[in-house]
Amino acid sequence: MEKLINEFSIGLFFWQLVLFVGLVLLLRKFAWKPILDAVEKREEGIQNALDAAENAKLEMQNLQADNDKLLKEARAERESMLKEARELKNKMIEDAKTEAQVQANTMISQAQAAIESEKKSAMAELKNHVAGLSVEIAEKVVRQELANKDRQLELVESLLGEAELNLTN
Amino acid sequence: MRNIISIKTICLLFLFVTTFSFATDGGGSEKGDIKTEIKEYINHHLLDSHDFSLYSYTADNGEHKYVGFPLPVILWDNGLKVFSSSKLNHGETVAEVDGNYYKYYHNKIYKTDASGTINEVDHHVTNAKPIDFSITKNVFTIFVVGLLMFFVFSRMAKKYKTGSMPKGVGRILEPIVLYIRDDIAIPNIGKKKYKRYMPYLLTVFFFIWIINLLGLTPLGINVTNNIAVTLALALITYLFTTFTANKNYWGHIFWMPGVPVPMKIILAPIELLGTIIKPFSLLIRLYANITAGHIVLMSIIGLMFIFKNWLGSSLSFGLAFALSLLELLVAALQAYIFTMLSALYFGSAVEEHHDH
Repeated sequence: MEKLINEFSIGLFFWQLVLFVGLVLLLRKFAWKPILDAVEKREEGIQNALDAAENAKLEMQNLQADNDKLLKEARAERESMLKEARELKNKMIEDAKTEAQVQANTMISQAQAAIESEKKSAMAELKNHVAGLSVEIAEKVVRQELANKDRQLELVESLLGEAELNLTN
Repeated sequence: MRNIISIKTICLLFLFVTTFSFATDGGGSEKGDIKTEIKEYINHHLLDSHDFSLYSYTADNGEHKYVGFPLPVILWDNGLKVFSSSKLNHGETVAEVDGNYYKYYHNKIYKTDASGTINEVDHHVTNAKPIDFSITKNVFTIFVVGLLMFFVFSRMAKKYKTGSMPKGVGRILEPIVLYIRDDIAIPNIGKKKYKRYMPYLLTVFFFIWIINLLGLTPLGINVTNNIAVTLALALITYLFTTFTANKNYWGHIFWMPGVPVPMKIILAPIELLGTIIKPFSLLIRLYANITAGHIVLMSIIGLMFIFKNWLGSSLSFGLAFALSLLELLVAALQAYIFTMLSALYFGSAVEEHHDH
C-alpha cells in the first residue's frame, strides 16, 4: 500500500484527468454524436422501410383478396347470364314450335275447309253435269228408242262409257 | 486426443526442464545477478519515466546509452519550471534551472544542492520534492492515444455524412460502437437515459483497450498499470454517477425504503461507503490486472535468460507467447469490464422508482 502511495504521481493523475476529459468532450462533439446520430437515423430508415414493406405486403394481400372476390363475382354473373340465355333460347324455341304448330294447324284446317268446299262445289257441278248428261242421255235414248231397241241399249252403253271417261278426267 | 498428447508432451518437457535447471544450478552468483537484474528491470518497466526511451544498453566504455527522445519536464517549485528531460540525464547529472538544482533519483525528481546530494533516512529520501507535472512517457502516450482516437473516430464520423453505411475503418469499429450501445449501455442504463452516458462509455472503452494493447507492444509503454491513471478514470465514473444521480438513488442510500427505521440508520453509512467502494474496485481491478499481466509476462520472458538452455528457454518462449495471447484477451476484457461496470453504476444512479 505504501508502495502504491509512493508510486502515485499527482502529475500523471492531473494529466490523465485533463486529457481524458478533453478527449471525451472532443470526441462527443466530433465523433460520437455524429456517429450515433447517423447510426440511429439509418436504423430508423431501415425500420421505416421494413414497416413500409410490411404495409405494402398487407395492401397487396388485400388487393389480391379484392381481385379474387371480383373474379368470383364476375364468374357467378357470367354463369347466371349464360343460364338465363340458355333458358331464353329454350323458351324461344318452345314458343316458335308452338306458334308453328298453331299456324300449321290453322293452315291445315283452312286447307281442309277449302278442300271440303271444293269438293262440295265439284259434287254440285258433277250433280249438275250428271243431271245434264242424264237429261241428254235420256233425250238420246228417247231418240234411239225410236229406232232400235238394241241400238238404244248400245247407245246408252257407249254414252255411259264416255261419261265414265269424263269422270276420270 | 491430440490435446491430450500435447498436454503430455508439455508435462514431459517440464520434467526435463526442472531436472536440467537443477543440474545447472551450480552456476551460483552469476545467476543471482541475472535474477536481480531482471527483477529490477521489471520494476523499472512498471514505473513511469521522464523520457521516451525505447531501450538502453551499456557501451564498451561502460557508459549507459539510452535510445529514445527526451520529454518536457514541468515542475511547480515556487513558480513554473519547464525544461527538457535530457538535462536530468537519467539521474547521472544534476539539472540546473533558474538557480535551482534537480536530480532524478529512482524515477522521481528531487531538489538538491549543486552537487546533487540525496539524503536518505531508512530508504526515505528527505530531499524536497517539487510537484511534478512533467509530460512523462505515460502522459505522452495518453496524449498520442487521444490524438489517434480523435483522428480515427472523427474521420469515421465524417464518412457518415456521405452515406449511412460505414466505410473503411468504420466497418470494424461500428460493430464495437453498436455493441457498447446495445449490450452495455441500453441494458444497464435504460433506453431513456443512456444517450447522456454514451460519449463517456465509448471513450473509456476504446481508450483503455487501445492503451492496454499498446502495453503489449515492445515499446515498453504501460499506462493502465499506474494507479494515478486508473484513479482518474474511476474518479470520472464516480463524479459522473454522483452528479447525474436522481432522487431515487439518494433515497436508496440515505433512507433505504422497505426496511425498519433502525436498519435505515445502519444502512445509510454502509450504502454511502458503497458508492465510493464501487468506483474504487474499478480502479484497483484495472490496475491490478494489467500490472499482474505485465509482471508475469516479463518474468516468463526473463526466465529465458535464467535458463540459458535450448529447452527451458524455448519453453519459456512458448509460455510467453501463449500468455501474450491471453493478455490480448485481458486487454479487451478489462476495457469491457470497466465500461460495463461504469454503465451499471450509471444505471443505478438514474434508475426510476419502482415498488419493492
